[in-house]
Amino acid sequence: MTLPLFSTTEDPGPNFAGLIRRLQVPVHPLMAATAGTPTPGPGDFRHGTTVVALRFAEGIVMAGDRRATEGHSIAHRAMEKVFPADRYSAVAIAGAAGPAIEMVRLFQTQLEHYEKVEGVVLSLEGKANQLGQMVREHLPMAMQGLAVVPLFAGYDLARETGRIFTYDVTGGHYEETEHNATGSGGRDARTTIKLGYRVGMVRDDAVELAIEALYEAADEDSATGGPDLIRGIYPLVATVTAAGFEPVPEDEVAERFAALIERRRAEGRQP
Amino acid sequence: MTMPYYVAPEQVMKDRAEYAQKGIARGRSLIATTYDMGIAIVADNPSRSLHKISEIYDRIAFAGVGKYNEFDQLRVSGIRHADTKGYAYSREDVDARSLANLYAQYLGQVFTHEMKPLEVEILVAELGSGPHPAQLYHIAYEGTITDEDRYAVLGGETEAIAERLEGEWTAGWALGTALNAAVSALAGPDRALVGSDLEVAVLARANGRRAFRRLVDSELESLLG
Repeated sequence: MTLPLFSTTEDPGPNFAGLIRRLQVPVHPLMAATAGTPTPGPGDFRHGTTVVALRFAEGIVMAGDRRATEGHSIAHRAMEKVFPADRYSAVAIAGAAGPAIEMVRLFQTQLEHYEKVEGVVLSLEGKANQLGQMVREHLPMAMQGLAVVPLFAGYDLARETGRIFTYDVTGGHYEETEHNATGSGGRDARTTIKLGYRVGMVRDDAVELAIEALYEAADEDSATGGPDLIRGIYPLVATVTAAGFEPVPEDEVAERFAALIERRRAEGRQP
Repeated sequence: MTMPYYVAPEQVMKDRAEYAQKGIARGRSLIATTYDMGIAIVADNPSRSLHKISEIYDRIAFAGVGKYNEFDQLRVSGIRHADTKGYAYSREDVDARSLANLYAQYLGQVFTHEMKPLEVEILVAELGSGPHPAQLYHIAYEGTITDEDRYAVLGGETEAIAERLEGEWTAGWALGTALNAAVSALAGPDRALVGSDLEVAVLARANGRRAFRRLVDSELESLLG
């Protein structure tokens, strides 16, 4: 390796994706998709599934199940789908796992790279736009069945509020007012959240509702994993507030699941 | 056609070295020292936005003195090198030694082959981990590289500053003590430096993955107390 120096006219600036393209670092086809390659079948690659995000009084909560599938078989039981994007934002993924995780890695590096080169942190809106560009560049792969649909949320330090952004395969991004869910079980999760959501909820209620939404999604969708009591694998839940990204401890998630099932039994409902 | 005059290589090198040294000596100095929880870097720099100290990677920091545009270009290329390496391999594979070597090669190359040498002196600091102690790589304008595990002084009047610091330096001292000693060593007997004249940053183990943090305002004032 040599020191990456550029002439002033060729300098990629704080753009990491532009930098690695210029340095010709081998990247995932994510960045260099070519048309005409055979379309892989759903059994050829891993898929990730339900992720949710909702706003509460102090910020946002984001959660995702842990199952990855390859066609009809379970490929991974403990996959992580919720990641810190930087100190004040989180990104969750649904879709083809390989390119999705690569996209997250590139996104994380991009945000940190910008911050270090420029000496300032990108605005939350700027981060959301960046992710949109990455999804857009991935479009040729999405057309071949390898769609990646992230969910982005964070704490806006300037507006002092949590904000959520959803994406479609074309890279279009839309700000959500209160909550959203994506992935194959997203529909069931959205319904649950819609029924239980209150504006200005406190953190504990929001975490509870996210967990319940994932529970319902796992109940209806074969590609979404529920809490795995035998192996002790629980969905990943994290909050982003003025204090930054904080994962909800696994013990707390386990307790809340247990409490959820208890409560339903006591109420005479099906767990 | 005029023939170029013959100039002895010794003379060429001497002239270039003098030129670079003059440029560096005009600027203000900087001290990096290890302390019980990491590495502290203190620069005599009243600017709040034109930094001399910067984060390179998780456990690596950069500091430069001399011509701002020249060391800033080196800083950015260091960040690019580290981020690219961490992305292509893994975060653990990014180390200060290889980066310091690249800087040394580049500075050496420019010094011998270009008309004008770079008027900079730079420092690459890496926080120790496990059995590896903290390392301070000091790279001079002509590419000479030295590694220190105690402290490094960059800029003009380095000898006088190092002499003042040497008397005070103790292994494993606390951050507050280290900063006060560094500040008085930088200031010398005739000047007094306060928080607003300084740019201070630390690489501290307690900061988590990204060990770099700037110390500003009240936090710095209370440490300098």
